[in-house]
Amino acid sequence: MVDLINLVQTLTTPHPLDRYLELIRPTLTTRVMRAEIIHVRRSVLGSVTLTLRPTRQWTGHAPGQYVQIGVVIDGVRHTRCYSPVNVASRRDRHIQLTVKAHPDGLVSQYLYHRALPGMVVDLTPAAGVFQLPEPRPERILLISGGSGITPVLSMLRTLADEGYPGEVAFLHYAKSPEVQPHRPELAEIERAHQNFRIESRYTSYGSGYFDYDELERVAPWFADAQTFVCGPPGLMDAVRKIFEAEQLADRLHAEEFTLSAAPVAVGEAFGTVRFAASGASAQNNGAVLLEQAEAAGLTPEYGCRMGICFSCTAVRRTGCTRNVRTGDTDSDPDQPIQLCISAPVGDVEIDI
Amino acid sequence: MTILTETKDGPLVLTPDQVEELGRQLDELRAKVVADLGDRDREYIYSIIKAQRGFEVAGRGLMYLGFLPPFWLAAVAALSVSKILDNMEIGHNVMHGQYDWMREPDLNSREFEWDNVCPGDQWRHSHNYMHHTYTNIHNKDRDIGYGILRVDEGQQWNPLRLGNPLYAFGLMVLFEWGVMGHDLEIENIVRGKRKWADVKKLLSGQWRKASRQVLKDYVVFPALSGPLFLSTLAGNVTANLVRNVWSFSIIFCGHFPTGVQTFTEEETEFETRGEWYVRQMLGSANITGGRLFHIMSGNLSHQIEHHLFPDLPANRYPELAPEVRALCEKYGLPYNTGSFSKQIGSVWGKLFKLALPPFLVRKESAPGVIVMRQQQPTEVGV
Repeated sequence: MVDLINLVQTLTTPHPLDRYLELIRPTLTTRVMRAEIIHVRRSVLGSVTLTLRPTRQWTGHAPGQYVQIGVVIDGVRHTRCYSPVNVASRRDRHIQLTVKAHPDGLVSQYLYHRALPGMVVDLTPAAGVFQLPEPRPERILLISGGSGITPVLSMLRTLADEGYPGEVAFLHYAKSPEVQPHRPELAEIERAHQNFRIESRYTSYGSGYFDYDELERVAPWFADAQTFVCGPPGLMDAVRKIFEAEQLADRLHAEEFTLSAAPVAVGEAFGTVRFAASGASAQNNGAVLLEQAEAAGLTPEYGCRMGICFSCTAVRRTGCTRNVRTGDTDSDPDQPIQLCISAPVGDVEIDI
Repeated sequence: MTILTETKDGPLVLTPDQVEELGRQLDELRAKVVADLGDRDREYIYSIIKAQRGFEVAGRGLMYLGFLPPFWLAAVAALSVSKILDNMEIGHNVMHGQYDWMREPDLNSREFEWDNVCPGDQWRHSHNYMHHTYTNIHNKDRDIGYGILRVDEGQQWNPLRLGNPLYAFGLMVLFEWGVMGHDLEIENIVRGKRKWADVKKLLSGQWRKASRQVLKDYVVFPALSGPLFLSTLAGNVTANLVRNVWSFSIIFCGHFPTGVQTFTEEETEFETRGEWYVRQMLGSANITGGRLFHIMSGNLSHQIEHHLFPDLPANRYPELAPEVRALCEKYGLPYNTGSFSKQIGSVWGKLFKLALPPFLVRKESAPGVIVMRQQQPTEVGV
């Protein structure tokens, strides 16, 4: 099969075969993985749950892992990470994503308002080390807050689906029941499994925040368990502090879920510029990245030094940069930028 | 920079303030388009890609009926159109970074490859960087004559120049190979200014790219057509030839018709952004024509707009052109444009004329602009 594809690729050179096939149907690709949205459900205010059917390259996900999906908004392709919330199983060729529409979230707002069955999105293979270990531990504690529920929900559903015999506790923090997705599913799981304890806290109802007493109440056996936590920074810090104090940090598994960095004030130079490929780093002095890299002793490829020839394009892994010609800032991860006209705003990691 | 040539009313002089003001207005024009980029531009480039892929498939398919002359001609026509669109409106423009903002890996300037024997990365160096940064500066822009032609009076005459039109014809017929060899600077190797070792990496890249192209067009597709091997081979050779002649002609109309100015390194040292813009305008020439003509020329018929804004999507050049032209008129700058026959005629006229020794040729009085230089701190006291 692969040989045949290579042979046909000789005929379509220099363009990959997929560039022809996708014109017939966007999901008819040999190498590029995509997914078609086959079901859209807006069950609670501010969230949408999408069911995707990936193309044949999909090899499934482990509970807790994430995928990247890409959508085109106003002509520009944007990608974001989401954790599938469904049972992880290789038999099931579907992915379910729950997307919370963040007030400033370009992609999440787009999906919330515009996702329709039949839409085709880009998809990457599942990735991430935040996942249920094999074999399963004897006791499992899951803690989540807000949209951090997605990876742990996949874990919970997978355990339920497997008929996991050990003890499971799931503690979730949401603002209110109205905005918490998947409540009926959670109730269903708890009804069907004696060994599952599922509790929700609603902070706008005065439930209080995570602390040691709460931990003792929900999972008095937490010291023997493997604990998985995903949620906003406040919750993560609170959990981490307690586990460190108890010297259980090695039994705690955490997944940061980061919203794309808030726009940073432009003008002052601060933070660190890290040059990922060479391991060098420098204090951000406000100059364009090409000059900062050269000052750090690196010799990135360059040409015109005025933004016209694209010789110095390199990938910005993380952080925010400002185009000094247009003044626009951008902080999407893993984007190619022109070093000679991009100045870092705060911490930036660049792949040179 | 002082450019000592004359307009029909004597030399036009631009003060430093005028030049910087012009630069600011062009920057504004650019910012307006950048802010407006979106779905429209995306749909445009994908519609061109779709058309190119369609012509490609049609051309390859029709070759199977190549034993009937009308079908053979149709096959060659479709394949030629495909290759022209691929190289000009898609390849040239995508590799300029015009569509990088779309964040499509397949339309990214670093990733894209075109249907041409010249590897994309080498072209990005010789064209995007060398030519677009140092446009029309003698000894820096190798597009002034490509190392083999005399296209400007500023280039020295010698007896070898008598073959000028012949060399140009050869370059036209083999244009894609000429583009491939551009970055090697063969004439500098011959003169001993460059060593073979310097070009080893370039050569291996060229071998990789060109062998794939040759394999596809001259071996695999002809072989797949079985008894029609020779007919398909001839068809593919012809399509490549048509693409070569067409792209050569359009590209030569961009910088070599009468009226374009060239510059020296001294004139352009410590250039400001405004001066850079003025040089791009004075060094480029447009071709007038309809929408289809502009698309088939990759919008290089808007060479002036392309040189001012090489990374703006080419489909925007037609709408930018009237504004650029109005700015030229405001400052009295020439806006070099004309029909295809006028521009290409002037190019070939020049190629013939410059073949001859200067004493046989009447010196051309080209329109000219004197740009008064801002005093550089380093020039104080000089």
